Amino acid sequence: MSDIDPITLSVLAGRMEQIADEMDATLFRAAFNPIIAEAHDASHGLYHATSGDTLVQGKSGLPIFVGVMSFAVKAVIEKAARDGDLEDGDIYIFNDAHIGGTHLSDMRLVRPYYRDGELFCYLASVGHWHDVGGAVPGNYNPAATDVFQEAFNLPPVKLVRKGEINQDIIDILLRNTRLPQSAQGDLNGQLGALDLGVKRMDELLDEYGSDTITAALNALGHRAEALMRSELTDLPDGRWEAEDFLDNDGISDTPLKIKIALEIKGDEMTLDFTGSSPQCAGPVNIALPTTVATAYVAIKHVFPALPANAGVMRPINVIVPEGSLLAAEFPAPTGGYTETILRMIDVVFSAFAQAAPDRVVANAYGTINALSIAGKRRNGQPWVMFSFYGGGHGGSIETDGLNHGNAPISTATIPPMEILEAAYPVMFRTWALRPDSAGAGAHRGGLGAVYEIEVLEENGAEAFLFGERGRFAPKGIAGGDNAALNLFRYEQDDGWHSPPLASKMRGITLKAGQAVRLETPGGGGYGASSERAPGAVARDVARGLVSEAEADAAYGPKWRETTA
Amino acid sequence: MTSRMIGVDVGGTFTDVFVLNEAEGTASVAKVPTTRPDQSGGFLDGIRGEVQDLSEIAVVVHGTTAGTNALLERKGAKTGVICTEGLRDVLEMRRRDRPRTWGLRGDFEPVVDRRNRLEVPERTLADGTIRTPVDLDAVRAAAKALQAQGCEAVAILFANSYANTTNEDAAVTALREVWHNEHVSASSEILPEIREFERFSTTALNAYLQPEVSGYLGRLENALKAGGFDGEFMIVQSNGGVMAVDTACRLPVRTALSGPAAGVIAAGYIASSAGFENIITGDMGGTSFDVSLIAEGQSMLSPQTSIDFGMVVRNPMIEITTIGAGGGSIAWVDKGGLLNIGPESAGSNPGPVAYGLGNTRPTVTDANVVLGRIDPDNPIGGKLERLDFEAAGKAIDEHVGGPLGLSTVEAAEAILRVANSRMAGAIRLVSVERGFDPKRFAFMPFGGGGALHAGAMLAEVGIARAIVPRFPGVTSAMGCVIADMRQDFVQTINSLVGQLDEAALGDFMQDHAEQGMALLDAARTNFESRELSFELDMAYIGQTHTVSVPLNVKTQGGKVTPPTRAEIEEAFDTAYRATFGRLLQNGVRRILNLRSAVTGKRPKFDLSALAPSGDGVSEPIARRRVHFADSWHDTAIYDRLALPVGTVIKGPAILTQPDTTVLIEPNLQGRVDRFGNTIIEPMEDAS
Repeated sequence: MSDIDPITLSVLAGRMEQIADEMDATLFRAAFNPIIAEAHDASHGLYHATSGDTLVQGKSGLPIFVGVMSFAVKAVIEKAARDGDLEDGDIYIFNDAHIGGTHLSDMRLVRPYYRDGELFCYLASVGHWHDVGGAVPGNYNPAATDVFQEAFNLPPVKLVRKGEINQDIIDILLRNTRLPQSAQGDLNGQLGALDLGVKRMDELLDEYGSDTITAALNALGHRAEALMRSELTDLPDGRWEAEDFLDNDGISDTPLKIKIALEIKGDEMTLDFTGSSPQCAGPVNIALPTTVATAYVAIKHVFPALPANAGVMRPINVIVPEGSLLAAEFPAPTGGYTETILRMIDVVFSAFAQAAPDRVVANAYGTINALSIAGKRRNGQPWVMFSFYGGGHGGSIETDGLNHGNAPISTATIPPMEILEAAYPVMFRTWALRPDSAGAGAHRGGLGAVYEIEVLEENGAEAFLFGERGRFAPKGIAGGDNAALNLFRYEQDDGWHSPPLASKMRGITLKAGQAVRLETPGGGGYGASSERAPGAVARDVARGLVSEAEADAAYGPKWRETTA
Repeated sequence: MTSRMIGVDVGGTFTDVFVLNEAEGTASVAKVPTTRPDQSGGFLDGIRGEVQDLSEIAVVVHGTTAGTNALLERKGAKTGVICTEGLRDVLEMRRRDRPRTWGLRGDFEPVVDRRNRLEVPERTLADGTIRTPVDLDAVRAAAKALQAQGCEAVAILFANSYANTTNEDAAVTALREVWHNEHVSASSEILPEIREFERFSTTALNAYLQPEVSGYLGRLENALKAGGFDGEFMIVQSNGGVMAVDTACRLPVRTALSGPAAGVIAAGYIASSAGFENIITGDMGGTSFDVSLIAEGQSMLSPQTSIDFGMVVRNPMIEITTIGAGGGSIAWVDKGGLLNIGPESAGSNPGPVAYGLGNTRPTVTDANVVLGRIDPDNPIGGKLERLDFEAAGKAIDEHVGGPLGLSTVEAAEAILRVANSRMAGAIRLVSVERGFDPKRFAFMPFGGGGALHAGAMLAEVGIARAIVPRFPGVTSAMGCVIADMRQDFVQTINSLVGQLDEAALGDFMQDHAEQGMALLDAARTNFESRELSFELDMAYIGQTHTVSVPLNVKTQGGKVTPPTRAEIEEAFDTAYRATFGRLLQNGVRRILNLRSAVTGKRPKFDLSALAPSGDGVSEPIARRRVHFADSWHDTAIYDRLALPVGTVIKGPAILTQPDTTVLIEPNLQGRVDRFGNTIIEPMEDAS
């Protein structure tokens, strides 16, 4: 391995990150579906030629992909080794979540990059397509008991062979989605992003030569590892445990445990998930790649300066028990993977909070609340309004938590209410903060939200919800209190009802003028509530963020002696 | 005789004044300290220094940061909101984002306290149907409550008011009858565009700024008048156009990027006069490097910006990309052994280590000092006697050289290399990533520090030449004098092309044209010409991002002839093909918004008024050692403003002027063009 001076390395690190960023931007601009175009549910990067390890990844893609993309590349490396036919100009495509992680909505494209006839690295693109078949439009089927009920399953296949597109694959793909135009637009966008990546890599290698770039990529891996080891050395040695629960799997009403033992020893760390519940019937299972990727996401939230590079994981040992819902076997359903990985992040934070409370924030609201309302218009045209909803973030040593934030695994923004009302026959009666939803603490959590959505279409509509945190509240840390539970209700002729499974339900029939109401959790509190300044409590009460009764209960009556 | 035009740019440290004497064809510039907290003192001092009799002034144009600062420092007025029932928290909930991707820290407080956000019964649906008429008694009661709570400004924020303004109109009429001042903003008046958070945020920030900005501008106007000024007072907007002062008082949110926008306008004009239609500007300040691109003489506009997390302003504004790499940006080595620049900055106070004001961590400026590129004995700006060269070197040793095993000079070169590569990255971002080839562009540095890094930008990005304006430190003030008068309008249409009500679209276009022309008529400035332009935001159904579709619209005698559906479809296809390469088979075309702009072209002045006189001095005034790449070079220092037109200075050389240092690296040369600009380019072959 040739050596590289640290200054050239600094320069090249920025250049290569910019290539991945530019691939992200290319897809965001070109994609048809708003999940990619607005919510940025996509990612791009450069991966190692033989190991598939992440070398560089874009900064604007979805956080969860930072850890998971290398599994997609590894899957292609294995496939190509079996078939023995990897060539310059090939592009592989697949969505199989048991091989590549996350869920079937994520379409992965992997392209080997050649330089002077030699495989130099891989480029990859992943994007969340709007619909990939299965029982439910949008693929969040809370009652799925295997992957076949969730979506069309595509293993790694060659979409492009030596630069020639295999139209048969595209025909198969477009026949298996409810939204072929959107799928075609997104696919074109992903191919465009990969083309751009190749062009930029060519330019970079022309300028610096492949030896220098190879040396830089190796050095970046060492540097990432050194950074992680140095961070771990700063933390005390020890072993800390935490556990939390999912409400249920959407099939049977049994809580599912996520358990962690976090051990730090010198410059190494073990995350042991032994004791977590076994694989379940419903779609809250996750495949092993997702679990490892989630560990990475949680760690990067604790140490935000870490780069998106596989070197970070070298000093970290992730133990995932076989047969658990964190290492689900094909064909177990994984469509609701978001809920499980959010809970994983929560337990990692809760464990870290015991080791170094100043380094972490309390639990965020912990569910994406995938809510879909669908029906037919008078002219027979079908409509589906599908969105994720926000909640509060946890308090930290610095400040109260953020009100109405996005999920820790995502950077997606919520569509504007007016865009939804213009596109679908609904009206939001309420789009507001939810008082008393945050965990109390020296720094309280951020507030969750209340969304009440009325159906205007005279044909009525059907609703389904894939949520969590209906039975187990987001936790406070360092003595802070838990937040409020997720609360979902729907209106019928005889009044308001709640789902039997608390946070998951399908087939809710609504008439025109009836509504659903989603009240999302806030974040957990940080530090003992007794340490909160009475003036801050009084201000929360004056602003209506905390009710008088809740203020008395959580903080005692002292706040009444101060003015807001 | 009233032939003087004056541009004034008030910055954090200095107030810059640019005086153009149209009759004599001459111009002069002045820099005076900015006064605080009331900036009008420095403003008037600066003008009086140049023109004793204010009655000789025809026009004063002001690029102001009063609005920006009030937003950044949260020093606007106590503001109330009256909104639709169920929606009082939209401002606080934003678009469900977070300040930073990683770490999950930070919170957010909107500029309007929740106590001052009151709901009233009313509701309009997305198709414009009034579901609940507005309860005017509730509006009046809310107004009374907000007044009792001490609110000085108020905003009306109703759902879907872009689709039907009836409820907001009624509420605003009732409110203006009872409100105790003129600071009332309605969302459908400020921004009749779909997307409630962006509309509400822009409107609320407008209200928040009204008392502050109109008070400030009123004080300035009164002081000018008291001094005998009887001309026209205008303000630069974020879109790079100017507006009358009363419009600015009504729409202060449009001044959010006033100062920087004026700088880009001037840069474009200077470059175009010098023969460059394609330039990338780079303004290097204490904490940031601001980049903007001008292609074929047109600056890029972006539809919105965030002044700070959660503080969104949606108005067309000159697109300026900012990265945290300024002179005060701190160099540090992370735990993995990688050298980083910023984002932390020492700013201008305490500033670089060499300032001796308390900062001990090395900055980009410190590296320039250590390498001899900045003269420690004659620091620019005139605030300090001399720079502490030794302290700068020590800080670089301790924080960069030591950890990386480099000598002081090597470490300083390393800091510049990494800083330059970050600045180059920003230039690539605005050019390469948007499909512009930087080789076709010239780089124009302005601000105090940019011209030190011009050569590096040529090398890093492959730009052919740089053009350093004669007075890079007063570019924004000059831009004030150059900018055209411009008003932008938007109206959400939200219709499939096939179902478009052409007459209704025509009515909106006519209304925008008339409002815009009325504003031009009210101005006392002479315009060389007037321009109307219309664009539609369009997309295929199912597509998220829209493309801007320029319309070729005929007007005759003030009457606008709206385009037909077929013309709109054709215009869309052309624009779409240009953006994405090919059209979508069987795609259904949709119109989201109409955007109109009315521009009054102001007469331009001849930049040769700024050119150096025929005879000057082209001999060095001093020599000193300057470090380039890996060795020290005996380097000639020139007095830049004394160099005659046509002088060619071969690098290595340094050109100094009171507020700027221009660095000409070895292998480059600097040529003084006929306007006094310095063109930096690769050295002509000796043969």
